[in-house]
Amino acid sequence: MSKRVKTSLLPPELASWKEKIEGYATEVGLTFPEVRFVMLDFDQMNKVAAYDGFPSRYPHWRFGMEYERLRKSYAWGLHRIYEMVINTDPCYAYLLTSNLTVDQKLVMAHVYAHADFFHNNLWFSHTNRRMLDEMANHGARIQRYLEKFGVEPVESFIDRCLSLDNLIDIHSPGVVRAPARVAPAESTTEQNERLRSSGYMESYINPPDYLEALRRRRQEEKHRERNFPVTPQRDLLLFLLENAPLEPWQQDVLAIVREEAYYFAPQRQTKILNEGWASYFHSYIMTRYALETGELIDYADHHSGTLATSPGRLNPYKVGIELLRHIEDRWNRGAFGAEYEACDDTKQRANWDRQLGLGREKIFEVRRIYNDVGVIDTFLTEEFAKEQKLFTYRYNPQARAYEIDSRDFADIKRQLLFSLTNFGEPIIEVVNANYENRGELYLIHRWEGADLRNDYLDATLENLHALWSRPVHLETNVQEKGRLLFSFDGRPHMRQL
Amino acid sequence: MAQIEQDNARYRQIVKGKIRQNLRKYITNGELIGRQGKDLVSIPVPQVDLPRFTFGQNNRGGVGQGEGEPGDLLGAGEPGEGEGAGEAPGQHIREAEISIDELVQMLAEELELPRIQPKGSKSLDSEVTKYTDIRRVGPESLRHFKRTYREALKRQLAAGLYDPENPVIIPYPEDRRYRSYRTKPLPDANAVIIYMMDVSGSMGEREKRLVRITAFWIDAWLKRNYQHIHRRYIVHDAVAGEVDEETFYRIRQGGGTKISSALTYCQKLVKALYNPDEWNIYLFQFSDGDNFGSDNDSALSLLEQHLLPVANLYCYGQVDERRYGHTFIDTLDELDPHENLVTTHIRDDDAIFDALRLFLGKGR
Repeated sequence: MSKRVKTSLLPPELASWKEKIEGYATEVGLTFPEVRFVMLDFDQMNKVAAYDGFPSRYPHWRFGMEYERLRKSYAWGLHRIYEMVINTDPCYAYLLTSNLTVDQKLVMAHVYAHADFFHNNLWFSHTNRRMLDEMANHGARIQRYLEKFGVEPVESFIDRCLSLDNLIDIHSPGVVRAPARVAPAESTTEQNERLRSSGYMESYINPPDYLEALRRRRQEEKHRERNFPVTPQRDLLLFLLENAPLEPWQQDVLAIVREEAYYFAPQRQTKILNEGWASYFHSYIMTRYALETGELIDYADHHSGTLATSPGRLNPYKVGIELLRHIEDRWNRGAFGAEYEACDDTKQRANWDRQLGLGREKIFEVRRIYNDVGVIDTFLTEEFAKEQKLFTYRYNPQARAYEIDSRDFADIKRQLLFSLTNFGEPIIEVVNANYENRGELYLIHRWEGADLRNDYLDATLENLHALWSRPVHLETNVQEKGRLLFSFDGRPHMRQL
Repeated sequence: MAQIEQDNARYRQIVKGKIRQNLRKYITNGELIGRQGKDLVSIPVPQVDLPRFTFGQNNRGGVGQGEGEPGDLLGAGEPGEGEGAGEAPGQHIREAEISIDELVQMLAEELELPRIQPKGSKSLDSEVTKYTDIRRVGPESLRHFKRTYREALKRQLAAGLYDPENPVIIPYPEDRRYRSYRTKPLPDANAVIIYMMDVSGSMGEREKRLVRITAFWIDAWLKRNYQHIHRRYIVHDAVAGEVDEETFYRIRQGGGTKISSALTYCQKLVKALYNPDEWNIYLFQFSDGDNFGSDNDSALSLLEQHLLPVANLYCYGQVDERRYGHTFIDTLDELDPHENLVTTHIRDDDAIFDALRLFLGKGR
């Protein structure tokens, strides 16, 4: 652990529970690296949480802001962080000292399932498990830049990078993408285009206007070659890293911000599944093995608190655990496959039971290969949506409030998938870095029905402009206004397309 | 310093920078006064944020869970609020908390207000006790371990009893040291602020708002300079009377205007309760300046003979929207210059800032 946070080791009682729960977790089939528990009081917990679990991160005011927010909402009784676990090997987990023993047991079981998820889920396979060290390195490097170049320039540069850090290509660790630039193809010269002919046939075989048109086309092609990237790029941060005119230290800072963005991205992609998985197993381990009679009420209270729903938001713990149980139940009963899908008698479907008992195996498979989008797309059924009372809501400008929009399954699924796609961030691509042949950066927002936050547009473009150092453009849609181009060249502009 | 404290301090510094940039707006924002907690005000600073290309909230629906029919409004709790939910991210308007004290400090720096020199040598002294002293006797609960250890070490070294191989230190009773208190005299000056306001028919809500905001910051600044402050509120139309703070800002009367009536009341008050040798006396008068012509002379003579000689400061703020011809402020300006007489127009919110600079810039 970091030297900055004073921590205590587990007291003997918890140490012995740790042994036991680790045993239960292994018994139910979870596999994980070594888990190290660290006890923190609530203030330390808030501090560590402000740094997303990495107390050795680079200095930045937003961590201080987050800490203040956590501290206040803790003081007002709005939230309480019971536990935190980070994706590292060994896996570090933080426990709140003031928790009851039963809470600590619950949390430990929860943590082992998270550790298993980090360890086994495909979307995490590219993440750096020595991230504690890496973050400390980042911290040291940025500290050095702060000392060398001054707080003001370094901090504002970090701010600019962070302002763009959601513009990454979350699938890139798993896919080989076309490169931004390709070597220019050997161009055929005009001579090669000209057909052989004897002198008197020349103007027929090689008509001058045809040759002229050909020459013009070649020129256009050549012109187009100077436009890059060849294919649209989603990893804006990488694109800037490779193509923006940055100082070495700026490149390093940008690379740090990018690396951390990629490190945290899978957690945002698997919130429902990961929390559902952990809740499923804390519940399983506690109720089967670890719970003592006297602890039942407290356990039930806290377990249901974690899974509580409120109309305006979807609790990932709740949806996750219910979805996993739903999948387990279906695969236990054999309620899947062509025959089941073809059956449209609700009663028969409800009582469908082929006694397959494949449930547990199936959910282990789900935890290995799916993320939230995938699991919702594949396993969200109409029965489930009904049973869980899911609905879509929308903003009603007249009432100035949110209202329930629909309970239609297709709507729910579409809305849910939409909000999970690209971890809930808009898809924005670099399409041209030599716009108008002037080295200007042109981005397109792939609009799918939701507008970008307009009060952020100009400020974000300004940040991008500072990195690119030439004018920048973003093409997007705005409802009721149509296709708009937002630009920044020292001042914000907007025009209709 | 731990990093989180550094980061937090940096954040607060940024917030304060933002507040400082818009100080004029915050100072003249009457709402702020209503929002004041015990000694913290919270100021909305939505700008401290990292802008991103991200979805706007309102055109973006979400998925929820629970009872209800389509068309039902979702109950309390904005969607997306609270941690953990993957749906519509909540839009936090960041409220920075800042103490009135800090705000006043900023105001003072911005206006370059000098520290007030309390007048008179007869200011009452009070004492303050602090545990900063060390003594040889005292209760065991206050024993100073380090000092005791050091004394014992010194003694053992001097006596040649100290063995670096086996550095055992055994304190004797005479080595023991105890924390103890020390009393410090604290100069303590008293001040009284007397606000006088015209509540004749011509003083409307707008005028009172200007008075209220100006008075709030005067209060805040003087509070920083004095331990004990008395505040008295006098209202007048053709006759004057004393009211409490609440009433002072809310009262609405009618009738004509006799500024001298307030000054007469004020003079009686000072004479009865506030001996100028012991008290720093601050007089602030607000009116729209529309005084009975015949009253001007008596008002001036009251000021010149009774009030200006005893007051640290007499400030007159005229909250008129435009010039009415010859008003009370013109009458005052015709007077011989006095060190402690300040007059100004407070026409709108912006003028509050300048009025404060004038009133408090004297350092008296």
